[in-house]
Amino acid sequence: MSYIDIAGLQFTYEDLVMRFDLTVDEGEVMAIIGPSGAGKSTLLALIGGFEAAQAGSIAVGGEDITDLAPDARPVTTLFQDHNLFAHLSVAQNVGLGLHPGLRLSAEDRVAVAWALEQVGLTGFEDRLPGQLSGGERQRVAIARCILRKRPVLMLDEAFAALGPALRREMLQLVLSLKVRNNLTVLMVTHDPADAAFAADHTSFIADGQVVMSGDTATVLASTHPAIRDYLGT
Amino acid sequence: MRALGRIATPRAAGLSVAVLTGYGLAAVLGGLAITVFALLLAAGDDAQSPPPYAYICRVLGFTLWQAFLSTLLSLLAAILMTRALARQAQFPGRMLLLRLCALPMVMPTIVGIFGVVAVYGGSGYLALVADAVGIDWQPRLYGLAGILIAHVFFNLPLAIRLLLPAFASVPAESWRLAAQLGMGSRDIFRIIEIPLLRQQLPGISIIIFMLCFTTFAVALTLGGGPRATTLEVAIYQALRFDFDLRLGAMLAILQVIFCAGGAWAVWRAGRQMVLGNTARLVAYRYDGRASRARLVDFSVIIFGAIFLTLPILALVQRGLAGMVAAASPASLLSAALVSLGLGLAGGLTATLIGYLIAQARQRALLQGRKRGAMLLGLAGRLGLFVSPMVIGTGIFLAATGSVDLYRIAAAGVILLSAVMALPFVLGVLEPALEVAAARHDRLCAALGLTGWNRFCHIDWPTLRRPIATALALSSVIAMGDLGAIALFGNQDMVNLTLLLYGQLGAYRLDGAASTALILLALALAFYWTIERVVGGRELH
Repeated sequence: MSYIDIAGLQFTYEDLVMRFDLTVDEGEVMAIIGPSGAGKSTLLALIGGFEAAQAGSIAVGGEDITDLAPDARPVTTLFQDHNLFAHLSVAQNVGLGLHPGLRLSAEDRVAVAWALEQVGLTGFEDRLPGQLSGGERQRVAIARCILRKRPVLMLDEAFAALGPALRREMLQLVLSLKVRNNLTVLMVTHDPADAAFAADHTSFIADGQVVMSGDTATVLASTHPAIRDYLGT
Repeated sequence: MRALGRIATPRAAGLSVAVLTGYGLAAVLGGLAITVFALLLAAGDDAQSPPPYAYICRVLGFTLWQAFLSTLLSLLAAILMTRALARQAQFPGRMLLLRLCALPMVMPTIVGIFGVVAVYGGSGYLALVADAVGIDWQPRLYGLAGILIAHVFFNLPLAIRLLLPAFASVPAESWRLAAQLGMGSRDIFRIIEIPLLRQQLPGISIIIFMLCFTTFAVALTLGGGPRATTLEVAIYQALRFDFDLRLGAMLAILQVIFCAGGAWAVWRAGRQMVLGNTARLVAYRYDGRASRARLVDFSVIIFGAIFLTLPILALVQRGLAGMVAAASPASLLSAALVSLGLGLAGGLTATLIGYLIAQARQRALLQGRKRGAMLLGLAGRLGLFVSPMVIGTGIFLAATGSVDLYRIAAAGVILLSAVMALPFVLGVLEPALEVAAARHDRLCAALGLTGWNRFCHIDWPTLRRPIATALALSSVIAMGDLGAIALFGNQDMVNLTLLLYGQLGAYRLDGAASTALILLALALAFYWTIERVVGGRELH
C-alpha cells in the first residue's frame, strides 16, 4: 500500500475524459510532466479538493480523502501566481496558514518568524508582496505551506515564471525543507530538467491518463512515442 | 457613418481637419457654458428683492439628503446582491438577471418611474395586495420615499454592473487559497472582500451620488411638492415657470460647484471603472457551497430580482391592459415619430461631436499633451457639470428676441439632449480609440498604412462596434430625455416622453401605462436596431 493512492479518479473537462491511477511513496519527490492540456494541473486540483471527481478515490496515508473539503485534506498547494494577498503584509500572509481569520497570538508570531527563517526571509515580516521579487514571493508562500504542517506539498508549476538559476535555487530549498519536515512532494513542471534535478520518480501524463510512472531517469529515457514526442528527442 | 471616419483618418498628416474640428467643438462647448452664466447673471441683475436664501438652503439640503440616502441604500443592496451573484456563479437565472441590469441604461427614466408608480403607487400592486389581504394601508409614494425607491431601482443595477467586474477580478487562485486555508465566510469578507470594496466603493458611490444629486425626472414626478424639491427641479421651476433668472443662475452656480467637486472626487478616486462584461463567469467560489451560504445568497438574489423586475412586469401588464384607454392612435403615432426623430438627431449629433472630440483627444495624448487631452475630455463632459436646464435656458436667452423660439424648439431639444448624451458617447469611444491606437498605430506606421486604406481595413472594422454602441446609447438617451423636451416642448412638438409626463401628472395611469410600454418597446427596438445595423457582426 503506497502513501498516496489514486485509483480510477475520473474527471471530464470539455471533451477530455480524464482517468488517473497513480501511487506515490512517503517522503519522495514525484514530478508530473506532460504536454499542456494533458490534465497535470487538473490532477493536482482533484487531489487538493478544488475540483470534485466524478468517480474513483484518493487516499493519503491509508485514509480516504476523496470527499473532504480542501482545508481538511492533508495536502497544501503552491500555485504559480497569486499565492499571496497583495494588501496583506508578509507576516499576515504567512499567518493565514495558522489562523484563516488572522487572529494571531504572540506564540503564532514566533512561529511565523520561524517559518520565514526557514525560507531565508528573516525580518521580512512587515513588507508587502508588491515590494518583493517573484522568487521572494514564492518563498513567503512556501513559509506558509510549512506552517500549515500538511504532509503533502504540491507545486503547481510554482516556479515556472522564474529564471533557470532561481528555479534551481527554489527547488533546492524545497528539497531541504522536505527532508526537515518529512514531506512528500508532488510537482507539476513543464521542464524535464526540473524533474531530473529534483524528482525521485516522474509520471508522464498525456490525454488525461498517466502514461508512465517510475524512476525519473527511466521515464525520461523511455522509448514510449508520446514521451519522445513531448521531449522532442 | 463612412464620411464620419474618413475625415478623421489622416492621423499621420499634421493637424487634420478632424482634430481641429474636435478642438473647435470643445471650445464651443466651453464657451457655451460661460456665455450661459454671463447671460443668466446679466438678465437677473435688475431684481429688487434679496434672493430667497432660506429656500435655496432648504432645496440644497434636501437634494444632498436624498442623494446621500439613495446612494447608501443602492450601495448596500448592491453589495449584498453582487456578493451573492459572485458566490453563486451557477445560479440558474444569473445571466438573465445580469442582462436585466443593463436595461435601466437604455430604458427612459420616465418609463422606469411609471413602473415604480405601478408597483408602489396609490393604486399599485402593493396597495392591491394590502387591500386583498384586508390591511387598511395606503402607500404614500410621493415625496422622499418615492424618490428613494426610484433611485435605488435605477442605480442598483448600475452599482452591480460596476461592482461585479471587481469581484470577477479576484484571481481564481485566491478562492482556492481561501478554501485550502479553511476561511469561513466571515474571514473571506474581512480578508478578501472588504479590501476589494474599499478600493471600489469610493468611485462608485460618488458616481451614484452625482446621478442622484442632479436628478430631474424622478424628483419632478415623484417629489410631489415643494417639500421634496431638488436643485435641478428648482432650476427648472425658476426658469420655466417663475422666469426668475437670477434665482435660476444662483441655483445653477451652486450645482456647478457641487458637480465640479464631485467630478474632482471621481477623478481623485482615480480608478478606471469597468462597466461591461458582467456576464462573464466569475471564478468558482468554494464558500458558496455551504447550505447556509446558498440559502442566504438565493434569498438575496430572489428578493433583489423581484425588486428589479416587478416594476417592469407591472409596466408591461398595465400597459397591455391600458391599451383601450390609451391616447388616440394619431397622437401616439405622431409622438412616437417625434421621439424617433429627436432621438436619432440627438444621437447622431452627440456621436459625431463625440467622435471628433475623442479623436482630437487621442491625438493630443499621442503628442504627449496631457493637459490638452484632459481639457478636451472635460469639455465633452459639460453635461455632467452644468445642468441641462441651465444650458437650455442659455440657448433660450441667447435666442430670445433674435429668433422665434417656437421655430428653434426642435434644434434646442436636439442640441441639449446631445450635450447630455455626450459624456456617455465619450465613455464608450475614448477607451475604444485608445485601445485601437495602442494596438494599431505602430504596425500601421511600419506598414505605411495611412489615410483611406487605414480607415477601411483597420479603423472601421475595429471601431465600428463602439461607434454603433455610442450611437445607440446616445439615441435612446436623447429619446428618453425629459429635461430638454420639458423646457423646449410645446403643444405642436410632443414626444412620447412629454406625453407620458403629462399623463402621469394628470393621474391618467391607464393611458400612461400604454404610452410607457410603447416608449420602452420603441427604445429597446431602436437601440437593438442601431447596434445591429451599424455595428455589424461581432469581431473575434
